[in-house]
Amino acid sequence: MPTLFVLIPFIGIVLLNLLYSQKVKNLAYGAVLLVTLIQLFMAGSLIFECATNFFSSVEIKYFVHLSIDLYAAIVLFTIGLISLIALIIRRYADKDEIFNFSQLILIIMIGMNGTVMVTDIFSLYVFLEVTSVASFVLIAKKKELLALNGSFKYLLMSSIATIMILSAVAILFMTYGTLSYAELGTQLNAAADSLSLQVILAIICLVTGLSIKAGLVPFHMWVPDAYSQSNSAVSILLAGIVTKAGGIYAILRLLMVVFPHIALISNVFAFIGIITIVAGALLALTQNEFKKMLAYSSISQVGYIIIGACCGTPLGFLGAFLHFFNHATFKSLLFVNSAAIESRTGIKELDKLEGLGGRMKVTAGTSAVAFLSTAGIPPLSGFWSKVIIIIALWQVGYIPYAIIALLASILTLAYFLILQRKVFFGKQSAEFDHVKEANGGFISASMILAIITVLVGIAFPFVLNFLKIKGLF
Amino acid sequence: MNDIVLYILLGLLVVSAVLTAMIKNTLKAVIALALASAILTVIMFMMKAPLAAVFELSVCAGLVTAIFVSTISLTDSPDPDEQQVMREKKRLTRYIFLPIIIIIVAGILLIAQPALNFSFAAPPAVQSTVQDTIWHTRNLDIAGQIIVILAGVFGVVILFKERLKK
Repeated sequence: MPTLFVLIPFIGIVLLNLLYSQKVKNLAYGAVLLVTLIQLFMAGSLIFECATNFFSSVEIKYFVHLSIDLYAAIVLFTIGLISLIALIIRRYADKDEIFNFSQLILIIMIGMNGTVMVTDIFSLYVFLEVTSVASFVLIAKKKELLALNGSFKYLLMSSIATIMILSAVAILFMTYGTLSYAELGTQLNAAADSLSLQVILAIICLVTGLSIKAGLVPFHMWVPDAYSQSNSAVSILLAGIVTKAGGIYAILRLLMVVFPHIALISNVFAFIGIITIVAGALLALTQNEFKKMLAYSSISQVGYIIIGACCGTPLGFLGAFLHFFNHATFKSLLFVNSAAIESRTGIKELDKLEGLGGRMKVTAGTSAVAFLSTAGIPPLSGFWSKVIIIIALWQVGYIPYAIIALLASILTLAYFLILQRKVFFGKQSAEFDHVKEANGGFISASMILAIITVLVGIAFPFVLNFLKIKGLF
Repeated sequence: MNDIVLYILLGLLVVSAVLTAMIKNTLKAVIALALASAILTVIMFMMKAPLAAVFELSVCAGLVTAIFVSTISLTDSPDPDEQQVMREKKRLTRYIFLPIIIIIVAGILLIAQPALNFSFAAPPAVQSTVQDTIWHTRNLDIAGQIIVILAGVFGVVILFKERLKK
């Protein structure tokens, strides 16, 4: 089954280019939509363990370094979902050329799927690169000065990250003679008490490199520009899944398999995580641009995922992965809504928007769901994942961190209240009299995501029970 | 003796790499890059990695240089006014910190060398062939590399071809 997740998008790219004609060009969008649906179906069948026999029977066992566990299946499902949403938005928001966009989506899906499934630190590096290169192109595709600037910043930061990750891989390989997660984990575990200087050097490089890729504070400089200056569909994809499946997932997986016994790494990441939460939220408070506020909010929320994983306990990882999924859904929902407002009013600044709630009822309603979920208000999905993370922190003795994480939720609520009040509440000015509700694409995308956010929240006891039966904690 | 040659080569490598980044004339920058690749090739040979050296020489020093040079010769050079602006921008003092940083880092590494005391993993008992490594052990990475190149090609096509249309 793992190979299929890489192979199907790849076959898609080959066929689209091989059969290139005007007719195929028109079909490309549908073909990519089909690939995302297949991915959703395959990942769903993995999670619920149905039809896996069928997929195993068509599996080509050529790539031996790929494997999927339940966490990976959840992430693969998220990748499929957010790619689908990005494609829907692309159709309705950005009218320009869709053929190349579709192919880039396929490439970035290969990159993310690969990153999620690899069991080898060098392959991880390769697929991180695939994801990054495709992201540069997607951001720069808008071809406006600010978008190019955002892309270039990302390119520069990412190159530094690449060098650091590659150096770390080289040093670890030189020291232990292996690249596989499991073997590295065993060897590092044996030497956990007396790490040599070179291994510490490798760890520093790895932590820095992955933090840049994940956009954690203080390596977050590229994030706001890349998220806010790109096309709407691209910012949904980037904020929703790309940085997460790239940087964050790699950190989670390494913390889980390779470095579970090295307290140094957990402590460093916990510290970075908590700084990220607070700094991201404070910076979000000061923003006056819709998408920029969402970008800083993303940075802040990603911090929760990291500190959850730093607990090193099954409960911590459960919280981290749940927040991974939840954040992907509600942050994408907010980006969809920001795109909807921009498409109807053409305005990006919060100051100039006022009282749109009456005109765009669905957009306003789904935004409220998303921001309440981000701030961790029960019974929405964000509340549960944050609670689990905070309990996990408390259990392992990171009590100050738990308190800060809890208090930072108030900051989250503060900036989203500002946003909601400025954009949707208040008296509507005459300028917006002609504004209509966003069109069907936006509405359907935001409804799908809002329903997921509410359902996961309300049905959380069942979700938890299901995951417990699966033996996740 | 070998060590001294190696250190000199490493120094030259850094110098040519810095030159590549700093020279304003694109053609000269490409030549500096080719020089860096050539020096790296010699270093790789000295470090007993002939295969990597051959790849470095043929791809980085050869192929990439050829592509760059042909691109430069196919594009227009900036008009005299722009050249004047570029010349005025050339402030070498801005880069003075670069060699200083390099010297400091090199110094720290040299001093810390005994403490670092690099240890190496034992080589595997059965040496596998290059074909075996590339097509069986690391096949996933080869596939990944192909996709990276594909993404790069798409990037060039998307970012430059459409601009031409406008």
